Amino acid sequence: MSLFTSIDRTTVAGLVFVSLREVIAQSGQQAPAEFSEQTTLLGRNAVLDSLGMVTLIVELEQQLEEQYNRTLTLANDRAMSQKNSPFRTVETLTDYICGLLAEESTNG
Amino acid sequence: MVDREVVLITGTRKGIGRHLAEHFAARGALVEGCSRETPDWGLENYYHHKVDVTDEAQVRQMISSIQKRHGRLDILLNNAGIASMNHILLTPTATVNRIMATNFLGTLLVCREGAKLMQRRRYGRIVNFSTIAVPFRLQGEAIYAASKSAVETLTRILARELGELGITCNVVGPTPIETDLIKAVPPEKIRNIINDLAVKRLGNFADVTNVVDFFVRPESEYITGQVIYLGGAG
Repeated sequence: MSLFTSIDRTTVAGLVFVSLREVIAQSGQQAPAEFSEQTTLLGRNAVLDSLGMVTLIVELEQQLEEQYNRTLTLANDRAMSQKNSPFRTVETLTDYICGLLAEESTNG
Repeated sequence: MVDREVVLITGTRKGIGRHLAEHFAARGALVEGCSRETPDWGLENYYHHKVDVTDEAQVRQMISSIQKRHGRLDILLNNAGIASMNHILLTPTATVNRIMATNFLGTLLVCREGAKLMQRRRYGRIVNFSTIAVPFRLQGEAIYAASKSAVETLTRILARELGELGITCNVVGPTPIETDLIKAVPPEKIRNIINDLAVKRLGNFADVTNVVDFFVRPESEYITGQVIYLGGAG
């Protein structure tokens, strides 16, 4: 039996959206009317500044641990050295987290 | 979330760490402490974690436990440290790695994980520990002093990176104090150090607590990235 609470992609995407809204609200910035999986998190037209990005990553790590008992390091060496950052959009971030969760389940 | 301030102190088994734990518990804080070995003392309002600060997983688990039980972290005092006196030509690499791991990496890991919890409330006070061996450039303490120089630089940059999150980061640099850390230092060397101080005496726990209290006051929100050496060193 797996020791881990399983989380599907829809749940992870939901967690990213909720955390993103919270981080933007906390920063006092104006949130876009709508978020989608194509919402840009990094670079030009990003909805977050650099501090917001840091806060989002920390928030996601904490929520994954608190709600699902999953301890992940999102900003690991591999992510930081990838040519195409997994933090570009909601979609890439969601896929990246799902990948890490799957790896952890397999290795753990 | 608890409505009392939560303080995490590393290296509480003895010496300055133990004194700080007693000090903050006495003022009504919820004190969390850690060391590699279990202490032979206990205290009301004190919870001990058996943690090696150089072990990332153990540090994360400790912060996670504080989050789950208290929901907040107000103050972090990175006191855990080790020293070893040796001429550079006779310093084993294993000693260098051990000192850098505990003093620098340990401080970094606890700062990083502690700040993640602090930033949720946009409030935090971090105090790291250096030594007057840094400004005095004490012979025989090259590795110990270098590890603490690293802690000072780390703290100054953290102060900038964490400032927007409401977290201040400062350093206290004690003089020799009657603790196990200076047991192996020859008395003559201690006398020479004291003679070089502006205030010519050994330090005591209250001297350290005084500076820590200043750094961690809520009113000290405008004090960050600073290093205060005791005794007028530096």
